[in-house]
Amino acid sequence: MNSVSASIQSDRQPMLEMRGITKRFPGVIANDNVSFDVLPGEVHTLLGENGAGKSTLMKILYGLYQPDEGDVLINGEKVSLQSPSDAIDHRIGMIHQHFMLVSSLTVAENVALGLSSTRGPITDLKQVAKKIKSLSDRYGLHVDPDAYIWQLAVGERQRVEIIKALYRDVQLLVLDEPTAVLTPQEVDDFFVILREMTSDGRGLIFISHKMNEVMELSDRISVLRLGRLVGTTTPQETTREALAQMMVGREVDNTREERPATIGRTALSINRLSVGGDRGVDALIDFSLDVQQGEIVGLAGVSGNGQRELAEAISGLRPIKSGSISLFHDGNPKPIGGLGPKAVREAGLSFVPEERMRDGAIGEFSVADNMVLHNHHSTRFSRGGFLNFGEIHRHSQKLVDDFQVKTPSIDTPAKNLSGGNIQKMIIARELDSDPEVLIAAQPTRGVDIGAAEYIHARLVAARNAGTAILVISEDLDEVMLLADRIAVICQGRMMGVVDRIDASREQLGLMMAGVTD
Amino acid sequence: MSDVITTTVIVATIASGIRLATPFLLASLGEAIGQRSGVLNLGVDGVMLLGAFASYYVVLETESIWLGVMTGILTGLLMGLFYAIITVPLRAEQGVSGIGIYLFGLGMSDLLFQKLVGTPLPIDQFSEWHVPLLSDIPVVGEMFFQHTPMVYIAFLLVPIIAFIINRTTFGLSIRAVGESPESADSLGVSVPKVRFATIMAGNALAGLAGAALAIELGIFQQNLTNAMGFIAIALVYFGAWRAPGVMAGSLVFGMVGAIVLQAKTLGLIPRSASDIAAMAPAVITILALIIVANRFRQPAALTKPYVRGD
Repeated sequence: MNSVSASIQSDRQPMLEMRGITKRFPGVIANDNVSFDVLPGEVHTLLGENGAGKSTLMKILYGLYQPDEGDVLINGEKVSLQSPSDAIDHRIGMIHQHFMLVSSLTVAENVALGLSSTRGPITDLKQVAKKIKSLSDRYGLHVDPDAYIWQLAVGERQRVEIIKALYRDVQLLVLDEPTAVLTPQEVDDFFVILREMTSDGRGLIFISHKMNEVMELSDRISVLRLGRLVGTTTPQETTREALAQMMVGREVDNTREERPATIGRTALSINRLSVGGDRGVDALIDFSLDVQQGEIVGLAGVSGNGQRELAEAISGLRPIKSGSISLFHDGNPKPIGGLGPKAVREAGLSFVPEERMRDGAIGEFSVADNMVLHNHHSTRFSRGGFLNFGEIHRHSQKLVDDFQVKTPSIDTPAKNLSGGNIQKMIIARELDSDPEVLIAAQPTRGVDIGAAEYIHARLVAARNAGTAILVISEDLDEVMLLADRIAVICQGRMMGVVDRIDASREQLGLMMAGVTD
Repeated sequence: MSDVITTTVIVATIASGIRLATPFLLASLGEAIGQRSGVLNLGVDGVMLLGAFASYYVVLETESIWLGVMTGILTGLLMGLFYAIITVPLRAEQGVSGIGIYLFGLGMSDLLFQKLVGTPLPIDQFSEWHVPLLSDIPVVGEMFFQHTPMVYIAFLLVPIIAFIINRTTFGLSIRAVGESPESADSLGVSVPKVRFATIMAGNALAGLAGAALAIELGIFQQNLTNAMGFIAIALVYFGAWRAPGVMAGSLVFGMVGAIVLQAKTLGLIPRSASDIAAMAPAVITILALIIVANRFRQPAALTKPYVRGD
């Protein structure tokens, strides 16, 4: 209904129409009779929570999934998209959230991949490089065609993805959360490039959950919830709050709770820490930061600037090169750098890891088993090497109830839970021990709004109870919502700490880009 | 010592090293092609054995060496097709499947030999082909240009394969599929097609390696290869997945083998130590692997089946 009325408003023929798309997976309907269209030269945003069906719809458009019902029309003609090469043939491009780049190949090789060459079976990388140069000049994308992908920063990699699309003369481009890896200033530059593309008559499908970006960039906005199209609107007709409500299906509370006036003593102190990285370059250089009892410090930064290595170093998973990390007991420092995860936990630190399914939970294990992963060897849960299942079950059930983890039972394998509930399970486990210090890395990434709200509330409650919390997040909105003080990391160095009250997005953005005054 | 180790001995040893390196080179080039596209094949030795028997049998029956060589390649292609089917669309675990292929080849080649031949009969061997002009150069000619055709074929394949991998659109697809199949797929490169091609080409080379070995020796027996295929896999790691590196590894291995043989012939190694000396190539390979290991990264998607949409 919505898409029909939307297309009647315009006399232009849509370049893309998806009509009545339904896609079922065992146990779920990922898309339920969804209709969606894109006009030439417009940005049509697809908004929705994780699991709302955005990715499924786009995977159908890109030939990765086949719809159970419904049609896809390109320029008014029904098409069958059996594989990405069909989509490419119809000049559809997609920039995935995780870049589709081969890091051991050069920019030119990545662009040339899958295309025929002017020299028959032999690659013509010089020609490709020339065309890349002319495209980058025209659209203001600065990329060296001969650079290897692994040498490029994230922002540059994204420009390579754009070049790949432009090189193939893509008319319709899907952008899946493209700004997640950019600083606010880079986002501005990125939007300039996107507008340049729409001015050529190309259509863009923009997937994001950042309301300010959606409002700024979109011509139209369609909201999906639980696989259904809730409605299509324009930025002029709606507000951020109304969009959030459409997404979640209820009102969203985004007010923050100020910290209590009393701050305790220093609980975690990182002093001139240097840590090696995976690529031979040091991931942290001379990094210092203190976190006090009863405060949340947010560490902002663009992805891949040392945040992961910092979290691993603090939690004992990564050796340190120099400097120190200390926890404090009654004012006495206890160095924990390089002790290993078990000793660090015993010293009073809890850790919510960034890669929750890799480092935070074991998918095949039940919820109950996951709840005692860190302390199943304690006398409470085992005797003489034998697990005390009664106690483990009682304890897990209590945590599941307390933290509103939605699971059929505590014997369900963790991998069957939604991302938000897995994260609640991990938060429950980590907060249960009343830790003195909590490190929470990307605590709400990929988590639905409801669960994110709940997780934020629990973190704030733990802070109010005196826990020192370090939230490491690439989502600047989350940092600004949650943190009492905001630290910024760039290329492994501490760029500075500001009180949230004094912080502006512009200032933080500059710091994230490594600009110091 | 110096009156024993003459120029003639050195030249003969180097020539023999090149000859010994040939089956390793063919097999490890094949394995390298597969691994560059992300597919590990532990069954090389089994494919070599089947290729060796098939070519031996055909030469025995037809007395045509080149028909035997073609049969070895064909055997490899068939085994490759089978391995590709189970590992690409059926996504079987590559490590275990490869061991299965090895055991199949080991048992089947012996069974067929017992049923069809029984007692080992010698077959025609390759004759040397002296490269015109070049083979007349003193010393160098004798070392490099007085070999059987299979030696030239194997060493000519090195630049050819390097060129295909590095300079052609198909080679670019192979490298991309081995590093990031999802990226390749998203650009319309068919991951299954590329992997079928590399697996079959790689196995064809393993079959050819077996044929080269059987026809070089002029004989077949149970477990003729004696784990050469496994060494060929190690040489791929040694050679960092690159054709010239694989060639260097094969040459090191062949040379060490030739030196040990020569030393035994000259009586430089006491009889009692000859068994220990026979282990030298393996020990030296392991040492070389330790030195080379971790200098280069293996293809990121190695051993990982690709499932679209995950």
